Amino acid sequence: MSTVKKTKGTGKKPVKAPKAAVAATLKADSATSNGNAADNLHIDSNGQTPGVRRRDFIHIATVSFAGVGADAVAMPLVSQMSASADVLALASIEVDVAAIQPGQSIKTSWRKQPVFIRNLTPAEIEEANKVDVGGLRDPQTLADRTKPGKENWLITLGVCTHLGCVPLGAAAGEVKGEYGGYFCPCHGSHYDTAARIRKGPAPTNLVVPEFAFISDTVVKIG
Amino acid sequence: MSFPWAQEYKPQGTVSKWVDERLPLPRLVYNAVGAGYPVPRNLNYFWNFGVLAGVALVIQIVTGIILAMHYYASVDGAFNSVEHIMRDVNSGWFIRYAHMNGASFFFIVVYIHIFRGLFYGSYKAPREMIWLLGVTIFLLMMATAFMGYVLPWGQMSFWGAQVITGFFSAIPLVGEPLRQWLLGGFAPDQAALNRFFSLHYLMPFVIAGVIILHVWALHIPGSSNPTGVSVKSEQDTVPFHPYYTAKDGFGLGIFLIFFVAVTFFAPNMLGHPDNYIPANPLSTPAHIVPEWYFLPFYAILKAFTVDFGIPFTGIIIIEAKLMGVLAMFGSILLLFFLPWLDTSPVRSGHYRPLFRKFFWFGLIPCIVLLTYCGGKPPYAQWVILSQIAAAYYFAHFLIILPIVSRIERPLPLPNSITEAVTGKPLETAAA
Repeated sequence: MSTVKKTKGTGKKPVKAPKAAVAATLKADSATSNGNAADNLHIDSNGQTPGVRRRDFIHIATVSFAGVGADAVAMPLVSQMSASADVLALASIEVDVAAIQPGQSIKTSWRKQPVFIRNLTPAEIEEANKVDVGGLRDPQTLADRTKPGKENWLITLGVCTHLGCVPLGAAAGEVKGEYGGYFCPCHGSHYDTAARIRKGPAPTNLVVPEFAFISDTVVKIG
Repeated sequence: MSFPWAQEYKPQGTVSKWVDERLPLPRLVYNAVGAGYPVPRNLNYFWNFGVLAGVALVIQIVTGIILAMHYYASVDGAFNSVEHIMRDVNSGWFIRYAHMNGASFFFIVVYIHIFRGLFYGSYKAPREMIWLLGVTIFLLMMATAFMGYVLPWGQMSFWGAQVITGFFSAIPLVGEPLRQWLLGGFAPDQAALNRFFSLHYLMPFVIAGVIILHVWALHIPGSSNPTGVSVKSEQDTVPFHPYYTAKDGFGLGIFLIFFVAVTFFAPNMLGHPDNYIPANPLSTPAHIVPEWYFLPFYAILKAFTVDFGIPFTGIIIIEAKLMGVLAMFGSILLLFFLPWLDTSPVRSGHYRPLFRKFFWFGLIPCIVLLTYCGGKPPYAQWVILSQIAAAYYFAHFLIILPIVSRIERPLPLPNSITEAVTGKPLETAAA
């Protein structure tokens, strides 16, 4: 209680200063001279004696306390923007890949984003392994991006790492780009048969989500 | 705040006297856009476009509030609710087409308004603050237009949202979490659509607020004019009302003829047919482009295709993606520094022979080329053209303009606005 009282008591003086400043500005306005206004403001807001006063401590403490309170209120206002619980709760999906022939791929949806599941042909695997990994923008081998013994199953997000378009090349008849993998029509990113970025503005390879084969033909993503 | 010869507001009746003593709002209007605001006597039609932009904002707010009464911000219902407005709501088609084309016409008049400022040097002292507030309004308009375009939840809406929020993922480290925070998920979905609707409704009122500051700042030095010569005496000015209310009224009539002609006879001319396909998160349209008014900036974004790094070491300093995004935002933020990049004391391009050449043969073709390339698919020839144009755009403001300001020899300025108009000097020397 006593703190409140003190703050109130000390609160009187600083209130006076802005009033005087407003009056000074108004006066200066009518005289169209701003130089005087600034001078008046300076003297008035300082009071008679410049320098550190006991009251300054109360001012800083009060403003700091209010600042902490404002931050505490701001936190929920900011965090409400993040993905809500139901969005985050999207379970992992299971996909039966038995019907996908070599050279074919399918699109499915996981966390509201497209996923490409591609059954690579031996030629495509060979092409991916031929590449000098050191020279790539995002150096990764095909083995890094697939599961051991299942190198033909290339599973990536169908989200271009540039600005998020769905690249072409998963459905039959779509352009696969200069490197035989995927091609993003929005800004011209070319991906190779291991879905690695080879040309264009995208900074990284297509993302490989967390996945595991739970049987020979069923894959669990997420 | 105004010239000493400005007419004073004199309330006549008892009621207006009573109001004036308690809340001098009529006085404020009188001094802002009435007979109490002296304006240079030589303004040409380019000076109409500020008022036209204000009218365009009012059209957008009125039609927008009505549309919000029928629109439904849900991923399942948004597209259908727009179709419901078009087919079932009485006069809904007209209100929606007016809002859709109103956005385009808002940008048309604002671009002409900006063009006026660039050519006549309206951004120079003492009007820098007006310019800074104007660029702020432009940025707010772009954000508002983008969020509005997302609301129908068609293919272009969805993929526009995906690409534009994707800009933020280019920021190192915090980019991807920031993008997810903005979207409220991993991809544009219900959360994103709902918050875009909320903000799209809010932001026009924020724009209106900044416009008040823009006009307030304008009334401190008063309007500029085609000669760029400052007002020297009462002979140089006429009262805003009735002279410029009449001239703006005429300009408004012409503007509305164009506006309704497009709204009634070619309402989809400026849009994309792809946005009449409901959003499909699994398939990007073959060729996504933003609305026409974003094309120059989109071309700059697409012009950066190679990482910037130390050659032959493989060390990348800035990725191509981040550079494109920085350049795109930079091309607008650059305008904030324009008053200090162009140091020539002569305002109007009429009296600046060298500036004028670079303006007409450099900047304007460059922006036209960027607009054209922005609408083209990312094939090599268009990318190269956008790279050349983007390079010129930045060079124009950062290199050419400061140099031209230093070496140019301006033509002789008229002694006063009156002399420029009548050929005769001012009758009496300004006190």
